[in-house]
Amino acid sequence: MPLIEVTDLQKIYKDGEVKTPALRDISFSVKEGEFVAIMGPSGSGKSTLLHILGFLDRHSGGTYRFNGKTIDDYTDEELACVRNEKMGFVFQSFNLLPKTTVLENVKLPLLYSLVPHSKREEVARRAIESVGLSHRIYHEPSQLSGGEKQRVAIARALVNKPNVIFADEPTGNLDSESGKKIMEIIQRLNEEEGHTIFLITHETYTAEHAERIIKIKDGAIESDVKVHHRHNAREKFSK
Amino acid sequence: MTLKDSFITALGGLKTHKSRSGLTILGIVIGITAIILMMSIGNGAEQLILNEIGGLGAETIVVRPGKEPTGPSDLGETLFADSLKRKDLEALKRKGNVPYLREIMPALLVPGSVSYEGETYRPTIMGGSFEIMSATFNVYVTKGTAFTETEINQNASVAIIGSKVVQELFGGGDAVGEFIKIKDRKFRVIGVLEPKGQAAFFNFDEIVIVPYTTAQLYLLGIDYFHEIIIKTEGPEFVARSVADIERTLRESHSIENSKDDDFFLVTQQGVVKQVQTILGALTAFLSSVVAIALVVGGIGVMNIMLVSVTERTKEIGLRKAIGATEKDILRQFLFEAVILTAFGGIIGIVLGGVLSLLASILLTQVLELKWVFSFPLMAVFLGISMSAVVGLIFGIYPARIAARKSPIEALRYE
Ligand SMILES: Nc1ncnc2c1ncn2[C@@H]1O[C@H](COP(=O)(O)OP(=O)(O)OP(=O)(O)O)[C@@H](O)[C@H]1O
Ligand SMILES: [Mg+2]
Repeated sequence: MPLIEVTDLQKIYKDGEVKTPALRDISFSVKEGEFVAIMGPSGSGKSTLLHILGFLDRHSGGTYRFNGKTIDDYTDEELACVRNEKMGFVFQSFNLLPKTTVLENVKLPLLYSLVPHSKREEVARRAIESVGLSHRIYHEPSQLSGGEKQRVAIARALVNKPNVIFADEPTGNLDSESGKKIMEIIQRLNEEEGHTIFLITHETYTAEHAERIIKIKDGAIESDVKVHHRHNAREKFSK
Repeated sequence: MTLKDSFITALGGLKTHKSRSGLTILGIVIGITAIILMMSIGNGAEQLILNEIGGLGAETIVVRPGKEPTGPSDLGETLFADSLKRKDLEALKRKGNVPYLREIMPALLVPGSVSYEGETYRPTIMGGSFEIMSATFNVYVTKGTAFTETEINQNASVAIIGSKVVQELFGGGDAVGEFIKIKDRKFRVIGVLEPKGQAAFFNFDEIVIVPYTTAQLYLLGIDYFHEIIIKTEGPEFVARSVADIERTLRESHSIENSKDDDFFLVTQQGVVKQVQTILGALTAFLSSVVAIALVVGGIGVMNIMLVSVTERTKEIGLRKAIGATEKDILRQFLFEAVILTAFGGIIGIVLGGVLSLLASILLTQVLELKWVFSFPLMAVFLGISMSAVVGLIFGIYPARIAARKSPIEALRYE
């Protein structure tokens, strides 16, 4: 059973009388542990798709099954619960809470989870360690570089050990060196921890870290291909 | 998310926006301060007044001439009314008229000063019957003797004086047997009162008591009394005696209708009731002012919370994206509002307490009132709960707006 399965997925934004079709008849399925890159020109509907897959937005047509259950069968509470336990998000603009330490930022998803109080600190520290930021644990976001902020965001996304991590242009705001570091972490999460990854990117090079690239144009899938020669950020980085 | 988590999260949110939080609660602080001040001072005033009347004794009835004053304009009429005369006294004394009367004493107030060998002092000069005053107010002569019915019948020029009067005129020396002058008439001091201070309407340390007949004849030149003090057999006979006295006096004054009464009766119960009515009305008025202050404060809190919710749209979106439910967000913002206002309430309570303590110091030191500082626990409870309720009421709308935000709109918000 695939983790994520969409058939004829549609999204139409309605702004009064004006209807903007953002997605039309998108169909694909992704197995647990897959690493998928989504590419496409600006405005093609990549973020829209990711938001729907991540339960942040509702689709207008077609079906979306997560873990074999259609999204319509989830109550609002259940959606929140799945977002919390099974999904992690990394955004282009980091979205860290200002004036809040790295530790507290990473702990945030645990607040809404069933992880007992006594374990939260330890779990958060481990997540921070895994993105190599243990020395910045009491810094506030304003005291961090862009790359470091994004690593905090990743630590936050993986703190609850989600099945799938959605990353919307995580390297978009970063220089190539910081970008590489982010890609290295993401790749490791996929290979060693078995997280399913959805990664939106504009750069072909970045996309080629994934196993599979789905290209979207004008809200429809243009191509869906396997990557034959994957880049390995970790090798490059450790070299 | 547990309640504790919501609480901690809300506290964190407030800490991040400290100065704004401070300004927000100003209205609440003022409102609660006013409540505490009002309750404390109201309590003090009630106690003060009740203490003073308390000395009157529950079994005592005071008859005053004129119409019962219902406003300041009636007061003059009472002072100059001359309707209570000797024949009324005799009528009231008759056992058949007022069966439960135990003692009766007319009283007169003499304006003026007392002098002794060049020293002058202005005490309260009273014409009365010492036997009855002693029984009513529990004052006793420590030195010398008291005057009795005999001296009253003889219009004797004798006086009993208070301890402060002795101090002022005789410098603490022996006063008994000396002659003091009141309105150019010599009075022999026959007794000195033990220090007692304020009881009912009199300060017995600053009083000079002479027989009422003497006061009428030689000091005032009048044939009526300023009031008649009646002691009944006990508090349970007051109501019955009030009716008896009214009937007797109406008969004596040939009055048919109670509307035409040229006298009125004062009882401890009546005065207590009156005082409580006045204080109650005052409190109700002030309460409504305070309620308005709290509503205004609450609207302030709502306003700031709405701004906060809009400003923190991204935060709300993020929280929802990582698993917060509508309930979690609602609770977080509601808690923020309630913590904010409850905190304002606590500040208000402390501030109100300090201010009412200052007020009581001022009242005792400057106005020399026997004011007792009281800080009702009820007010503390009321202050905190009222401010929390204000937070709850005015926080719910912004919190609902926050909770309803869709995560995606919130995340896309710039
Ligand atoms: N709330 C909205 N209301 C109306 N139209 C919207 C809304 N959000 C997105 N759109 C439209 O949907 C289309 C897809 O937007 P989306 O953000 O998914 O593009 P994208 O592929 O992520 O672009 P980019 O690479 O620039 O991030 C765009 O034409 C956009 O204008
Ligand atoms: Mg996008």
